[in-house]
Amino acid sequence: MRILTGNDLKTGAVTWWTGSDWSLHVEDAVDVTGSEDEIARREESARRVNAPYAIDATMDEGSPRPSHIKDRVRAIGPTVRPDLTLKPADPDIGNWVI
Amino acid sequence: MYKYDSYDQQMVDARVEEFRDQARRRLEGKLTEDQFKPLRLMNGLYLQLHAYMLRVAIPYGTLDSRQMHALADIADKYDRGYGHFTTRQNIQYNWIKLEDAPDILADLAKVEMHAIQTSGNCIRNISSDHFAGAAADEVVDPRPYAELLRQWSSFHPEFSYLPRKFKIAVIASDTDRAAMRLHDIGIQIVEQDGELGAAFYVGGGMGRTPMIAPCINPFVPLDQLVTYAEACLRVYNRHGRRDNKYKARIKILVHEMGAEEYTRQVEAEFAHLLEQGVEPPFAELERIRTFFEDPLFEADLPAEIDRSDPDFALWVDRNTVAHKAEGYVSAVISLKPVGGIPGDATAEQMHLMADLARDYSFDELRVMHTQNIVLPHVRKADLHALWTALDQAGLGSPNLDTVEDIIACPGLDYCSLANARSIPVAQQISERFAANGKTEALGQLKLKISGCINACGHHHAGHIGILGVDKKGVENYQLLLGGSEAEDVSLAKITGPGFDEAGIVDAVETAADVYLRERQDGERFLDTYRRIGMTPFKEALYG
Repeated sequence: MRILTGNDLKTGAVTWWTGSDWSLHVEDAVDVTGSEDEIARREESARRVNAPYAIDATMDEGSPRPSHIKDRVRAIGPTVRPDLTLKPADPDIGNWVI
Repeated sequence: MYKYDSYDQQMVDARVEEFRDQARRRLEGKLTEDQFKPLRLMNGLYLQLHAYMLRVAIPYGTLDSRQMHALADIADKYDRGYGHFTTRQNIQYNWIKLEDAPDILADLAKVEMHAIQTSGNCIRNISSDHFAGAAADEVVDPRPYAELLRQWSSFHPEFSYLPRKFKIAVIASDTDRAAMRLHDIGIQIVEQDGELGAAFYVGGGMGRTPMIAPCINPFVPLDQLVTYAEACLRVYNRHGRRDNKYKARIKILVHEMGAEEYTRQVEAEFAHLLEQGVEPPFAELERIRTFFEDPLFEADLPAEIDRSDPDFALWVDRNTVAHKAEGYVSAVISLKPVGGIPGDATAEQMHLMADLARDYSFDELRVMHTQNIVLPHVRKADLHALWTALDQAGLGSPNLDTVEDIIACPGLDYCSLANARSIPVAQQISERFAANGKTEALGQLKLKISGCINACGHHHAGHIGILGVDKKGVENYQLLLGGSEAEDVSLAKITGPGFDEAGIVDAVETAADVYLRERQDGERFLDTYRRIGMTPFKEALYG
């Protein structure tokens, strides 16, 4: 599957296309295969996202998991600062990233 | 240290307001990202893995307590309570909001700081010896010359769009503490027959094609320093490759053109420029120099230190350096606690370092390119009180230049260019050696880690270097041996096939064990490697 990501224009936060809006959480991302360019163009023009691009992902326990480690680090936060990640209380999140 | 005059302040204030307007237009949709990106980069604002990242310039690594407090306040107010000191003596904030960036720049301008030219194909922050003005072995304080070059290079219209970024280092001693010959231009202030001059080394660098800069002129009179630098830049600007960013650095030009021909063209341009009168008046250098006069060192201070506390004595042995004034030392504050993130400091730690600089070091701090902080002028009599305060704040690690004093770039945890994580490897190595007790026996062992070929972690210059690569989507780490960024400069060589994350930590310990087994009296790791070569290390690593 292909999912669409970018950064929030004002905050720079990593965001994911949910089909109708942008979410901070990769598990909200939807498959955009075939329409990624059109969505990216439209949303960037509307200033709802900055520098969007599509990536490969697979379904993992019902949620999208980016195929490349770089995008998994983007999705969660720095592995060396669990307190600053989106899931600071999840002790297994490192396994999901790596 | 240097204080802005009204021109400096006006330039920086004007840039803040210019960027405020640019950011407003971007947020209102009047600028596209393609239009805005070069504008934000000119002000040090990157878009990294998790957010915008702001890189703030710390000219030649020198700052005072007021500025350090301001950096801490920015970390608290606009970021997530910490900053990252970099291998170019700068500081980076990882969680900046675009809408806050103009206010941050305004806060910086209030304390005579900025983020101008910390990105882009221009002359970047001038780096220097972190012990400048304090070192017992320097012929002169190199910082006035670095400041002169900073002023010359700031907003230089001819050099704002170079083929590629451009880095200059200035030192003034035979001991190289600034990786001078691994810069685009390395300048060493030297003394010859009682006169001071500048030796120019041009065409060094790390990155994907590491090169050691050759000396193209051993003695440029100091009243022609800027003119000669201008000539070096002009020849590069004229012939540097703009068609291929991977061949655009000056090191490639000097290599392909040949140092002899490059020098010939520089000398011709220099002769031409001398007729143009581009050199600033010598009075300007004299004006700058007044800002770098020695503080009022006390005389007749005791030279002895009470070493009855063994932990303190170890810190003194490892983290203090000889000073030119009797009774003083330069003290290094390690930002490398065991298992910590190299170069990171919390806002609280920054405030503390600022206070300690005010109380014990004539209000001065330095950022080392090795991602530590220096208090340059500390009375020996104050060292115990200083160490006690540092130790209580987690800043008292006694590990300068040891295997635990690791340079590491932000790597894949923060950087959009990285292929592999650097920080976790550094953490595991420091934990390994702290646990196995070999750090003391290993002595000086400079270990440097980069998360990609761009080499921000200086892996080419490590006695042991580690390069993180992407191997079919999996992090892999190459081991390198034999590099040095110092006066005995050399480039490290790859040992062989790479290792996974756990394997690279084992490999470093294996290489360290080879050294412990093979070393002769007085040899550092690097000396032993140079004597016995790569083979014994390869045999131990790969069988």
